[in-house]
Amino acid sequence: MKKLLMHRAAKPLVFVLCLLPFAWLFYAAAADQLGANPAEALIRGLGDWTLRFLCIVLAVTPLRVMTGTPALARFRRMLGLFVAFYALMHLLSYVAFDMGFEVAEIAKDIAKRPFILVGSLAGLLLALMAATSFNRAIKALGAARWRRLHQSVYVVAALAILHFYWMRAGKNNFSEVAVYGVILASLLGWRVWEALRKRRLSAQRPARTKVGNAAALQKR
Amino acid sequence: LAGMPSKVPGAMTMEKLTPYEDATSYNNFYEFGTDKADPARNAGTLKTTPWTVEIEGLVKKAGKYGLEDLLKLSAQEDRIYRLRCVEGWSMVIPWVGYSLSALIQRVEPLGSAKYVEFVTLADKATMPGVSSRVLEWPYVEGLRLDEAMHPLTLLSFGMYGEVLPKQNGAPVRIVVPWKYGFKSAKSLVKIRFTDKEPATAWNKAAAQEYGFYSNVNPEVDHPRWSQATERRIGEGGLFAKRHKTLMFNGYEAQVGQLYAGMDLKKNF
Repeated sequence: MKKLLMHRAAKPLVFVLCLLPFAWLFYAAAADQLGANPAEALIRGLGDWTLRFLCIVLAVTPLRVMTGTPALARFRRMLGLFVAFYALMHLLSYVAFDMGFEVAEIAKDIAKRPFILVGSLAGLLLALMAATSFNRAIKALGAARWRRLHQSVYVVAALAILHFYWMRAGKNNFSEVAVYGVILASLLGWRVWEALRKRRLSAQRPARTKVGNAAALQKR
Repeated sequence: LAGMPSKVPGAMTMEKLTPYEDATSYNNFYEFGTDKADPARNAGTLKTTPWTVEIEGLVKKAGKYGLEDLLKLSAQEDRIYRLRCVEGWSMVIPWVGYSLSALIQRVEPLGSAKYVEFVTLADKATMPGVSSRVLEWPYVEGLRLDEAMHPLTLLSFGMYGEVLPKQNGAPVRIVVPWKYGFKSAKSLVKIRFTDKEPATAWNKAAAQEYGFYSNVNPEVDHPRWSQATERRIGEGGLFAKRHKTLMFNGYEAQVGQLYAGMDLKKNF
């Protein structure tokens, strides 16, 4: 397993896999295969895949720790960038196909419809994270500040679920929202539980220095 | 199912028809599932013969009316209506049917009748969506009696020259072209005359979002969907420009007087 994950072709392979849903949607849109309401189908498809990639990227650390596979961490940045990519494509297709690029209409729409506001906020946070995802940005921002910024992925998860919930509330249709909600909640729950466990452990071993703690966190 | 072109004012819009394929594959009919493709996929199980519609409540000639009798009750007419969904999309559909007023006059409502309630079939055996708790079943919709009597309010048995496809509300449904689509109850099994405003399915589910009237109104936004514009289904795919939504879905000249003096922002 470890060999496979560390293989030279592993990263390019994951990259291509991550692009497949987008390629399919792009092809289907171009070939008019998206059904009676192609704009709605495209926007929804991109939104669905944003949520799925959010679940995948947040599953990396729990999987890595639970299965003892540190090699998984290699893929985290790329997966995170794909969350941002699908989110921005989702947002862009709303701007293009729902709003026809009319800035005044978009501003009105954001003010009028809270679920659009919440979605836009999540998109903004993801864009900030994507823009600071390269190594030099960590140095420039300082590790602590950079980490705090990138912890906003938890805020993004909450906003994304709220966005989806409010949208589906219009038609009382919550089954899919519940599925994503449970997955994201358990992935976040695992982190809380881990943090509490670590705190208990470090309370038992007070010798550990602050610097050591920070370094340990850094690795996660 | 053939009809004569309708002479009712406003009943024959000249706009381009939505392709039959789109009108029969992109449906909201939650009794068969919440996805747009579910009704076309699942409605095959619906048994439409024999079919009766029960007329009850504040009416002289209550009773069960067989579909054959309803079909013959008045001359079938072709009507081409715009259909505006609350979700911000629209279609143009050629219906076949006659004004609901013909049936209402036949069954002679009492003077005390002020509203008409429409009840859709809720059969767990043939309608998989009825097991879900998305809405309270059976689906109930309603109109004020004067709205129901308006000549544009259609009792429909067919579309595109054939009997109604099951996913579109076979064998008999209501079509109210100036209201959001969900007001037009499908697969009717009961029509009840009452003196109280009916408790309708979507109003019970979310009263602040779905009012009893639910007239198409670009001025009153739904929290989920801006109602200022609409996407016309089947019109040039992804890049088709959205249409501006018209007051009463463009039927203001015909139905505006029904709401004279009413605050439509309150009575949405």
